[in-house]
Amino acid sequence: MTAPEPVVSWETDFDVLSPEYVSDPFAIWDRLRTTCPVAHTDRRKSSWLPTTYADVVDLAHDVDHFSSREISVIPFNGVPGRRPVLAYGLPPISADPPLHTWTRRLLLPWFSHRKVHEYEPMTRSLCGELIDGFLDAGSADAAVDYAQQIPVRVIASILGVPGSLSDSFTGWVRDVLEFADDPERRRRGSEALVDFFVQEVARRAEEPGDDLLSDLLHREVDGRPVEESVVLGVAALVLIAGVDTTWSAIGSSLWHLAGHPGDRNRLATEPAAMPLAVEELLRAYSPVTMARVVTQDVEFAGCAMRAGDKVLMNFPAANRDPAAFEHADRVVLDRQLNRHVAFGSGIHRCAGSNLARMELRVALEEWLRRIPEFRLADGAEVSWAGGQVRGPRRLPVVFG
Amino acid sequence: MRIRVDPDKCQGHARCYGLAPELFDVDDYGLSSVVGDGTVPEGLEDRARLAIANCPEYAVEELPD
Repeated sequence: MTAPEPVVSWETDFDVLSPEYVSDPFAIWDRLRTTCPVAHTDRRKSSWLPTTYADVVDLAHDVDHFSSREISVIPFNGVPGRRPVLAYGLPPISADPPLHTWTRRLLLPWFSHRKVHEYEPMTRSLCGELIDGFLDAGSADAAVDYAQQIPVRVIASILGVPGSLSDSFTGWVRDVLEFADDPERRRRGSEALVDFFVQEVARRAEEPGDDLLSDLLHREVDGRPVEESVVLGVAALVLIAGVDTTWSAIGSSLWHLAGHPGDRNRLATEPAAMPLAVEELLRAYSPVTMARVVTQDVEFAGCAMRAGDKVLMNFPAANRDPAAFEHADRVVLDRQLNRHVAFGSGIHRCAGSNLARMELRVALEEWLRRIPEFRLADGAEVSWAGGQVRGPRRLPVVFG
Repeated sequence: MRIRVDPDKCQGHARCYGLAPELFDVDDYGLSSVVGDGTVPEGLEDRARLAIANCPEYAVEELPD
């Protein structure tokens, strides 16, 4: 890996992996909205970066011109050559209708409000155990010791795979999502993850359980069993999409609360404020940027987009657009008008949004109940991941 | 006050149900619908307006009198 060339013009040569963008994209979006507002780059591949709410929502709804076949922010050729196991990619997120439609219906009941309600006690006791582990020390890395540990275990339980492998899962998912400029690392993570699910699928053919993976293997669509490569793709998606994303949202929220005593105190003492606050934190620190690929030459927002170009679905910037949100750059915990698109917009609305929202709420509730006072450790070096998923990866805090 | 959910616009964000569970149902596929005929009980008008103001798909709307 070599350091990327510095960006000279964000309008014509943006780079979502540049350190400047990863650590503080907000000022860049604010400027692009007034000068552009759809930026372009030829780095890696001809790609477009919309920055307004209206443009991002319009793009998300135009599934004819903007396909989900390529959802990675940085071009990714997948696992090359040796086995076409994921012949269908990661449906439904990487699929267009009709594959998108029926695979999404397989998945949604596992993440319905009713189901997510069942996962809540497990999530709460998991958060409590994690806090037990570091409370007496008076300090913790809120990203590594807490946020990172929560969604992966909940997802493992839903998939019916061992929570004891959480560190492996986290490692694979980070390899796939966070090291886009290191294709070898990305390939290794992707292969390990797929290999794992190939074994899990074989095991369930013998001993089905009452988990998501078993359910997928024994479901029929139009009278026929679901192909194994679809099952593997859906399972890999659930792990990839369910770990880094929510962990990042929990970490960013704790980072915000560490530096804003007023907001922290309000949430610690006023539990009724939590539902709106969770939405506002999701708006202000939306972790996920997706991508689409242009299916045919099209003019969009004055830009001549060519078939094959990538368009980044910049949901985080949309959620900071002052044309759509009053005081968009401020966290207003009880914001009343908040049509944020942290979970996307249109037919690809995040299938796990109910789960993510519950995990974020419960993680914050349990943390604030036990640790109502905390701040960044003196001289703390907070590090961020960015690109596809943005969130803190080191977040040292002290309690009291 | 009467409200409805446009089934052609709803994408299952469930923001309405989260903010006003008294006024909405949500099915296993995430799609929302109004409870009963959508008539908002007295005292819950603010909740209904909050649900309208937070739907990312503009799917929740107030019906004319």
